[in-house]
Amino acid sequence: MLAKRIIPCLDVAEGRVVKGVSFVDLVDAGDPVAVALAYNEAGADEITFLDITASHENRGTIIEVVNHTAEQVFIPLTVGGGVRTLEDIRRLLRAGADKVAINTAAVERPEFVGEAARAFGRQCIVVAVDAKRRDADDPAAGWEVYTHGGRRPRGLDAIEWVAHMESLGAGEILLTSMDQDGQQSGYDNALNRAATDTLGIPLIASGGVGTLEHMLDGFTEGGADAVLAASIFHFGTYTIDETKAYLRDKGVVIR
Amino acid sequence: MAPRIVIVDYDRGNLRSVQKGFERVGYDAVVSRNPKDIANATHVVLPGVGAFSDCMDNLDRFELITPVVAAVRSGKPFLGICLGLQLLFDESEEFGHRPGLGLIGGRVQPFPADMTDADSHRLKVPHMGWNRLHIVRRSPVFEQVPDGAYCYFVHSYHVVPDDLGVVSCTTQYGVLFAAAIWRDNVVACQFHPEKSGETGLTMLKSFAQWKG
Repeated sequence: MLAKRIIPCLDVAEGRVVKGVSFVDLVDAGDPVAVALAYNEAGADEITFLDITASHENRGTIIEVVNHTAEQVFIPLTVGGGVRTLEDIRRLLRAGADKVAINTAAVERPEFVGEAARAFGRQCIVVAVDAKRRDADDPAAGWEVYTHGGRRPRGLDAIEWVAHMESLGAGEILLTSMDQDGQQSGYDNALNRAATDTLGIPLIASGGVGTLEHMLDGFTEGGADAVLAASIFHFGTYTIDETKAYLRDKGVVIR
Repeated sequence: MAPRIVIVDYDRGNLRSVQKGFERVGYDAVVSRNPKDIANATHVVLPGVGAFSDCMDNLDRFELITPVVAAVRSGKPFLGICLGLQLLFDESEEFGHRPGLGLIGGRVQPFPADMTDADSHRLKVPHMGWNRLHIVRRSPVFEQVPDGAYCYFVHSYHVVPDDLGVVSCTTQYGVLFAAAIWRDNVVACQFHPEKSGETGLTMLKSFAQWKG
């Protein structure tokens, strides 16, 4: 049986981890390579870097980070943030990334997803989607796609959008609930379930995890193939081992 | 004498990860598309990601078909990874029918449409993530790999050998498929040893130590 995946996500700006990581005694908890290595050793199934470097001239720093990470970490690495051209993708893959996550660029020019899938294979093209409920209390009202870090509504229905992205060549969808992100009150599993039932490609659920039960719900209620988590791991609330033991005990297939 | 490991570079694959994987277990590996390097290698690795026909096109474009076929026939240890497994076969059904290298009899076919699990949820394709190996015949490369070990897969097509005797590992995903094959000097796997953590690294080490 294919195992459900647990993916720690690191926000990286100008080559440094943003927000503290305190789950283990690291000499430099701001070094994304050291943190990725620690997560690898802790049993993470994949690692995701989200590059939130603001200034254009420092965009190259992520390439160095990926380069060094790929020398030491032998599990899949996804890199997102600011991926806008085929050249951006080529440089990340050459440095050692296995997948790239495309977000805003996919909304601004959907054909880019198809071009990327044809050039590099759909297995390495993740489309990241930030979705927000049209009515906070009623999932039946649907979800709207946002870009620019969740600041700009795009007038697109998130479920139709993920299906469209699959048809253009996405190999995987990383779906973040804007409502739940940072709340630590659980994933938006109505959103995840609507998306996963529409998709033939894997779904990574993101945004809102605060407890181990939330992870379990992401898989059972949300139907996610993988879950992304940040602070729950970074702040040492739970280790990956504890997470996996809990999920295994609840009958989830875990590596 | 240290092995001379050559990773065939046809611009389709995470070559650097494979190279760093060998370094991690104590072996240097050269990334090259020079036929002389391939001819002089003691061990040859054919990686590959992406689409079958695109990979065949690139092998052809860099004039690497003859050197790769010669390496397989030479008897030296040969490791195919992912597309590097599929390319060894007669033909693939990806985007119509495309002939492969024809070194192993059989075809490359997609996972069936609408596969479901025991709870009747749809199984997603690509088959992406960690899945278990069931070892049928233990090839030298799998000497240190326990039965049931998890390895990292990402693929939408799988090989179907004419002679099931070449299958060395199987994995279950909707169907039972060949996760690795072994014939004489050739071991090839559908999953990515360079992305399969410690399990994968032990495979790279065993390959480097294999005398063929």
